[in-house]
Amino acid sequence: MTSTALVPEPLPSWRRYFGFSTDAKVIGIQYIVVAFFFFLIAGLLAMIIRGELLTPASDLVDRTVYNGLYTMHGTIMLFLFTFPVLNGLNNLLIPPMIGAPDMAFPRLNAVAFWMVPVFGFLLIASFFVPSGPATSGWWSYPPVSLQNPLGQLINGEFLWVLAVALSGISSILGAVNFVTTILRMRAPGMGFFRMPVFCWTALAAQTLQLIGLPALTGGAVMLLMDLTLGTSFYRPEGGGDPVLYQHFFWFYSHPAVYVIILPAFGIFSELFPVYSRKPLFGYVYVAVASFIIVGLGLVVWVHHIFPSVAQWMRNLFMVTTMLIAVPTGVKVFAWLGTMWRGKIKLTTPMLFCIGGLINFVFAGITGVMLATVPVDIHVSNTYFVVGHFHYVIYGAAVMGIFAAIYHWFPKFTGRMPYEGLGKLHFVLTFLGANLNFLPMHPLGLMGMPRRVSSYDPEFAFWNVLASLGAFLLGVSIIPFLLNMISSWVRGPRANHNPWNAIGLEWLLPSPPPEDNFGDHVPTVISRPYGYGKDEPLVEHQAEIERALTLAEATR
Amino acid sequence: MTTTPMPPANPPAAHGSGHHASHNLTGFIIFLCSESVIFLAFFSGYAILRRSALNWLPPGVEGLEWRMPLINTIVLVSSSLTMVAAEHFKAKEKLWLFRAFWLLTMAMGAYFLYGQAVEWGGLNFGLTSGTFGATFYLLTGFHGLHVATGVLLMGLMLGKSFLPGNYNGGEEGVKATSLFWHFVDVIWIILFVLLYVWRN
Repeated sequence: MTSTALVPEPLPSWRRYFGFSTDAKVIGIQYIVVAFFFFLIAGLLAMIIRGELLTPASDLVDRTVYNGLYTMHGTIMLFLFTFPVLNGLNNLLIPPMIGAPDMAFPRLNAVAFWMVPVFGFLLIASFFVPSGPATSGWWSYPPVSLQNPLGQLINGEFLWVLAVALSGISSILGAVNFVTTILRMRAPGMGFFRMPVFCWTALAAQTLQLIGLPALTGGAVMLLMDLTLGTSFYRPEGGGDPVLYQHFFWFYSHPAVYVIILPAFGIFSELFPVYSRKPLFGYVYVAVASFIIVGLGLVVWVHHIFPSVAQWMRNLFMVTTMLIAVPTGVKVFAWLGTMWRGKIKLTTPMLFCIGGLINFVFAGITGVMLATVPVDIHVSNTYFVVGHFHYVIYGAAVMGIFAAIYHWFPKFTGRMPYEGLGKLHFVLTFLGANLNFLPMHPLGLMGMPRRVSSYDPEFAFWNVLASLGAFLLGVSIIPFLLNMISSWVRGPRANHNPWNAIGLEWLLPSPPPEDNFGDHVPTVISRPYGYGKDEPLVEHQAEIERALTLAEATR
Repeated sequence: MTTTPMPPANPPAAHGSGHHASHNLTGFIIFLCSESVIFLAFFSGYAILRRSALNWLPPGVEGLEWRMPLINTIVLVSSSLTMVAAEHFKAKEKLWLFRAFWLLTMAMGAYFLYGQAVEWGGLNFGLTSGTFGATFYLLTGFHGLHVATGVLLMGLMLGKSFLPGNYNGGEEGVKATSLFWHFVDVIWIILFVLLYVWRN
């Protein structure tokens, strides 16, 4: 524990990132780095998939291998990239943003993190078992997922279920930790309606994890029993019901989309005010809308399985799904209102936010289309669906994650990222994502099914475009990695607040000391995002900033 | 919407001290809420499979015998009461009475597990006897696992009560264990209704 919380510490040794650390800031960076390792693997799988789809014939890989490729691409991207990278951001951002020294349960935090490489290893190991990896898609629907032609106990599907169950446990442990931290460890004076929106969205997303994940875990346990113990929960021949699994799966996996996109909403809400120099428009509504999304998000899952259910369920879930456009629309207009007549600075993080917002609006429109039962049944299991969710996840959430990384990079490394490389990364990502995912919509409307390695030659034009976009997206990651590594090693030193942002985390040195504010947690006296208002966020703000500037001048 | 400052969630002095003991119970309650969803998933799976089954009972199976499970239920529900008594004596700082009632609760939990094992031993259907067998063993087994965990936790807390000066340190653990036990109890009551009381 340091008593001199305002003096920047020397840059910490890189070695602690490779060990069992209970410091949330170390764990946060561990999460993000491990997540990007798996991002590269799953991205490589995507490149092979798009390589196969360059031509109508199935000529690059064997069809069974192709099934394994898209299954593992989806599974790794979600469970080993998106969730871990978001948990990394939560670890880095939540404690400093609320003025807490660390997470509520530091050891539990470390355990939750170290489970990630373990189940990542299990999942990757399934490439090397005799039966090969799981081949039934990232949703693993029975009866396809229950096929085990080689009859081995340790098969790809077995390892898949095990990895997903472990991922669920890790995420639940993380969620318990984040929720407790936000509820119990806020700085003096920081009521809920003085909390940054990122913390609101993190609280909302983690609440969804707590409610949804156990259902998936329960469903996965039953799948595992069907697969290995010969039970018949989902086997129609034994009186079981395969659609039951689909309910369990989507009861979690639809809210999982909100677990992914809510933090991106939080990031947008943090960054638009900084780079527009205006307070967040409708702060209270943006904050509360997160929880309306939680409530509605729990009762929309059936829209994934419209073809499998009765008409009354379709009607009901169509309405709830469309209603979710209201709270998300509130947020979109709040961000537009924030930018309206603001002094917009097109820095790399801001570009990623604007690009992410554009993609999100497009994904929202196709989302409402998909909520409509007749359209949904027409395009069910086609590339239209694939295009829609890639716009949500890559176009909006991952771009939000990149924005967050560029924005808070100086805070946690003490170094500035390079703007030129960052902007190049943005241009390649935005063009690549749109070139990759936009053609999937006409393909879906034309009737091209997803998860096929060969297709009718009439689909070739759009597929070639999509593949070119995918390769562009593959290239786009190079300037990002170069930027991260080189600026962390030798980038210009960052001061405590390089973006002139308002927030507790910007009242800490860059990088912050291990226990953040230590015993000197400032008392919050106003709402966040007071841009252009000239009112302090905390008591004695001027003194704190003076001390930070002085310490930076003498280092 | 309120803008009045809330009282600090934590006295500033507690920050950075490395001890967040008061958060453990919050975290545990959040965990229990989450855990209850797994049971909810299993319950709803059971209900859906049972309602959609053409022949719920596999051939040769008459149904479940309810007398012994009823005795088990009475034991488990009363063990929640003995646990409340134990906590009462703990609050009055009568540590030996606390231990006695705590041990009694443990014994009742152990008896429940014994009764469950005897019931399982006498059944003429297995895990693979249709969805009837699979859901029965899944529900009772998963619940039994929680009972066993509860008994182990109680043992741990009992052991901790003998450590000198650990009385305050173990307090949150006792509260958490007791919450867990009541939770396991409530789950059993729902289970009993679903498995033994529900007739078509």
